[in-house]
Amino acid sequence: MKINLKINNQDKIIDIRPDEMLLEVLRKNGCLSVKHGCDTGSCGACTVLLDGKPILSCSYFAAKADGHSVTTVEGVQNKVEKISKYLVDEGSVQCGFCVPGLVLTTMGMEKELNNPTEDEINHYLSGNLCRCTGYVSHTRAIKKYLEDKK
Amino acid sequence: MIIDEYKKPKTIEEAYSILTTKENSQIIGGGAYMRLSKKHIGTAVDLSNLKLDFITETENYIEIGATTTLRELEINDITNKYFNGIISKSIKNIVGVQLRNIATVGGSIAGKFGFSDLIAALSVLDSKVILYKTGAVNLLDFINKKHNDVIEKIIITKNNLNADFQSIRNTKTDYAILNVAVSKHNNNFYKIAVGARPGIAICADKAESFLKTVDFSKENAEKAGLIASEEIKFTSNFRASAEYRQELCKTLVSRAILNINC
Amino acid sequence: MKQVNKSIPKIDGMGLAKGKPAFTDDLTDSNAIIVKVLRSPHAFARIKNINVDKAVKYPGVECVFTHKDVPRNVFTRAGQGYPEPSPKDKFILDEYVRYVGDEVAVVAATTDEIADQAMKLIEVEYEVFEAVLDFEKAENNKSVIHPEKESYTMFPMGFDASKNIACTYDMHIGDVDEVLKNSEVVLDKTYYTQAQAHVAIETHSSTAYIDHYERLNIITSTQTPVHLRRIIGEALGMPINKIRVVKPRVGGAFGGKQQIHGELFCALVTLKTGRPSKCIYSRKEVFESSFSRHAMRLNIKIGADKTGRLKAIDLRVLSDTGAYGEHALTVFMIAGSKTLPLYNKVEAVRFGGIVVYTNHTPGGAYRGYGAIQGNFALESAMDELADKLNIDPIQLREMNMIKEGETSEIFKIMGEGGEGTAQIIESCKLDYCLKRGSEMIKWNSKYLHKKINADKVRGIGMAIAMQGSGIPNMDMGAASLKLNDDGFFNLLIGATDLGTGSDTILAQIAAETLNVPVEDIVVYASDSDLTPFDCGAYASSTTFVSGNGVRKTAEKMKNLIISEGAKHLQINVEDTIFDGKTIKSKDGEKSISLKEISKGWLYHYGQGQEQLIASDSYVGKKSPPPYMAGFVEVEVDTKTGHFDILDYTAVVDCGTTINPKLALGQMEGGLLQGIGMAVYEDVKYNKYGQMLTNNLMNYKIPTREDVPNINVEFADSYEPSGPYGAKSVGEIGIDTPPAAISNAIFNAVGVRINDLPITPEKILMAMKKKEQKK
Ligand SMILES: Cc1cc2nc3c(=O)[nH]c(=O)nc-3n(C[C@H](O)[C@H](O)[C@H](O)COP(=O)(O)OP(=O)(O)OC[C@H]3O[C@@H](n4cnc5c(N)ncnc54)[C@H](O)[C@@H]3O)c2cc1C
Ligand code: FES
Ligand code: FES
Repeated sequence: MKINLKINNQDKIIDIRPDEMLLEVLRKNGCLSVKHGCDTGSCGACTVLLDGKPILSCSYFAAKADGHSVTTVEGVQNKVEKISKYLVDEGSVQCGFCVPGLVLTTMGMEKELNNPTEDEINHYLSGNLCRCTGYVSHTRAIKKYLEDKK
Repeated sequence: MIIDEYKKPKTIEEAYSILTTKENSQIIGGGAYMRLSKKHIGTAVDLSNLKLDFITETENYIEIGATTTLRELEINDITNKYFNGIISKSIKNIVGVQLRNIATVGGSIAGKFGFSDLIAALSVLDSKVILYKTGAVNLLDFINKKHNDVIEKIIITKNNLNADFQSIRNTKTDYAILNVAVSKHNNNFYKIAVGARPGIAICADKAESFLKTVDFSKENAEKAGLIASEEIKFTSNFRASAEYRQELCKTLVSRAILNINC
Repeated sequence: MKQVNKSIPKIDGMGLAKGKPAFTDDLTDSNAIIVKVLRSPHAFARIKNINVDKAVKYPGVECVFTHKDVPRNVFTRAGQGYPEPSPKDKFILDEYVRYVGDEVAVVAATTDEIADQAMKLIEVEYEVFEAVLDFEKAENNKSVIHPEKESYTMFPMGFDASKNIACTYDMHIGDVDEVLKNSEVVLDKTYYTQAQAHVAIETHSSTAYIDHYERLNIITSTQTPVHLRRIIGEALGMPINKIRVVKPRVGGAFGGKQQIHGELFCALVTLKTGRPSKCIYSRKEVFESSFSRHAMRLNIKIGADKTGRLKAIDLRVLSDTGAYGEHALTVFMIAGSKTLPLYNKVEAVRFGGIVVYTNHTPGGAYRGYGAIQGNFALESAMDELADKLNIDPIQLREMNMIKEGETSEIFKIMGEGGEGTAQIIESCKLDYCLKRGSEMIKWNSKYLHKKINADKVRGIGMAIAMQGSGIPNMDMGAASLKLNDDGFFNLLIGATDLGTGSDTILAQIAAETLNVPVEDIVVYASDSDLTPFDCGAYASSTTFVSGNGVRKTAEKMKNLIISEGAKHLQINVEDTIFDGKTIKSKDGEKSISLKEISKGWLYHYGQGQEQLIASDSYVGKKSPPPYMAGFVEVEVDTKTGHFDILDYTAVVDCGTTINPKLALGQMEGGLLQGIGMAVYEDVKYNKYGQMLTNNLMNYKIPTREDVPNINVEFADSYEPSGPYGAKSVGEIGIDTPPAAISNAIFNAVGVRINDLPITPEKILMAMKKKEQKK
């Protein structure tokens, strides 16, 4: 079946299987920053923004996304660079596999929460698992980023 | 999973008619759980074009559309205004914001999952499931009967009850090992639901009756916890043993009662 | 301009954050054939019949392999050095399947869906045997897991497949029984540690293609490219000059990718079809069908006098290696060799035990590598002893622990599967780590516990640990440096950055030696054709072994620049200096910039033109242990057993931190993984040997809400044998949490959980039992 998908501000008509998940469709369409980490909606590596809100692309039917707009890290490189500078400075991009997803969820958080506390940050981002860092460097980096943005 | 055909009907009639006429058809709410299934689905009926994502307040009810996401439910002012925010409290630990932005209220009810935190919370409120064809059904009846129907919305009576939700999880975002919801209507009229036993939430009738006969005190709250833990059936699975769940039930029920009264 | 002990940003950090294609699955050919593996539903069975006719004929299927179609060469997937210290007990495909998830057949098809469909069409008839699922009953079980004739070991390690024994080992110093008998106090305890899954967020991924030289190229998420090349050659019976292995970015490994995984299957398919192929494991496959930490039973006896002086330690271990023997011997030995030297003043010490085969997912390398298991037993027992003697646990350790300038005979006796290497400890700041850590967590005001309210009690606990830095006299790291025009360098290394930041710190070491900015060092790693030999990232070797290799190489390059520069300037080498920017005579009269001379050397010096290239390698003569002290404060809910980890504080001696921020990241990540093992993680099976925790819904790793407070500091320390004073930091972080948390729980509520993980359920049930006894 065919769907209309706006990927990173580009309108596309894409041929998909009815049972295909958004993750596969995005990877096939060049968004290789979107990672496959589990098969169960548990890790957050596949996070993308759907109409600006963070979702798990592995758990979202591509057909459901018909008519919607998807943002991946490829589409917001400048913004990603701004946030990631803090992550890189804190040494919290280790293997980096979880990072594109984390950055997108952070963007979602920026939109929704004003001046989040550390607990609120950790709660909002809790769906993004990271096995390398122990998370505390993420928190330091994101707090600093939000602080400096003010 | 295999899906042969994916439909996004524009009206609920159409959704219902596909559901009841097409072979192996299945509703997709958020799809987050469906996607884990190994089923072969003939026609998938996605409800996202039915404009069922709403939370509204009428004079007597809170109405929650079936495709409202758990995240909307969690942060909505209306749901947070009532029942000490029990709805939000019950769902805020489900995996992460990204999943809660997908998972829907309809799917969470229709799934009838044993671990369901939302069902536990709604069980102690005066909640009805509004089905397209069948009409209004009490939550409990919905859970106990099979309906080949579309959930349109959930309605919750706006009574001024106090409520609390308690759960124990391994990591913070894991499925509950046990979840408990308690509400108190007026004076001594309590509702107590215990879920993730690992079976679906059920009510602790004897504990509720006991509480009707006594005044609130710490001892009576503990006694109610004990009664609930003895009347409810628990089983063991790899997350926890039945014995441990029983112990937790005692504590969580009495804690919820205490919280409500403090 | 100092380049080490400096937190420069990780060189690939920004690119990865911006999602540049860097991982195996990002780099596969879009036409790659999909390789999938049909896996055993039985814990132990023999394939009586297997019929693939329908699958082969299914449209879109490229080829199907069963045990009948592949070379029958016995090998080990361990990915260790050579000769291999693990039993060779694996075939590419075999008629026996030894655990649920073991390989039955390999299917290659044009799409995922076709491959899935084809797998369903394979008809297999099994003869099912009784499985061995309790490792305490594996030895001499009537079910023999490896009945094949071919399995063997490359050197004696007590391998006896007929008894389900993968290996045995025993050592002793002094007469342990006698000393124990004469000790004033003897503690005799048994501990259990569970299997733990690595859960690198990138699943095991590999891809293969044939290049224009008709050579097999494998791109794979691996820790050990050269070992992998050797093993693939051995398994397929093909000369390794036909194989190239490239490691792209790796999405986490932690030991899980030291072993080979799908590479062999890709190789088979690509060799047969001539087409590119890829094998991306599902999360379920990683859980069920790769590797996990060896579960162990540890019996420990400690003898001491009443003042707390340790007299003897006796540690006996039973280890579960699962269906195959990867790392069976070495992980088990390290349970002793990287823990017992902590208490080097004992009169007698004994270590031994056996490693058994079971029908579980195979054990494999995993950060901590036996040390975490041994540490749980030893450091829990130390607290039990402290309790018995009524001594502060910190004081008990201070009295007995190893100190700078000392040694332990164990270093000489126990090595990686065989004899070890004697060494004097030249850097050990354990005393500082203990002092500083107890200050940070406010030990004195918090020990033992504090009641917060009717239901909540806080407790505090601690443990110390050691690890190693590479395998001495065995593992080698080499590097080469090439000078380019404009004066920048290519650093080619076989070392494998797994997210650890080793590309960055190795560039820092080269930059420091050459006195150039890190930007002038362009790193390339790791490619079996292009980069020099490196054993790979394991055994905490990269900073120490590869780092020393890089340092030596850079020194060579520096000397080369000086000697060749002297020639060009027509001055004596002894009078020539190179300061990173210019080559000049000591009196400063003659000079030329590196920028200029490097152009001339390549473009226009005529007979003076040459490519400057330097290479050197390093094999450790010792393995200096990093040390640390870990402290934890927990708050226990006495009505549910649930507890929060309020604070985990660690003070670490890893020598110089080449890059403090990256070292900190290794520590914080290691600590949380250790906390995961201590509290949340458990590989569980049902009675049929099926894994219940084969996905991330059922196997829980810590989230960022679970332990928000981790505090790490480094001791000021310098290891003379390390590059610029560095020791390893990659593994040690994982070791202390199991014992420290167990000790804290005991201090809080008076119950001791001796089998990991320490769950709320175990705590509450133990508390109930204790109450009933009263
Ligand atoms: C990894 C993971 C962890 C989770 N953890 C928790 C947890 O800890 N606690 C918890 O309470 N929940 C948990 N959930 C469940 C989650 O909260 C949702 O309840 C679940 O995803 C179902 O919602 P959905 O919208 O995705 O439903 P779907 O997957 O779309 O559907 C689920 C079922 O409901 C049916 N259905 C959907 N909508 C309707 C409708 N309007 N009318 C009739 N039938 C309908 C579908 O046909 C299907 O049978 C978890 C889910 C996942 C994927
Ligand atoms: S891939 Fe893990 S949540 Fe989507
Ligand atoms: S950096 Fe490796 S998983 Fe987060």
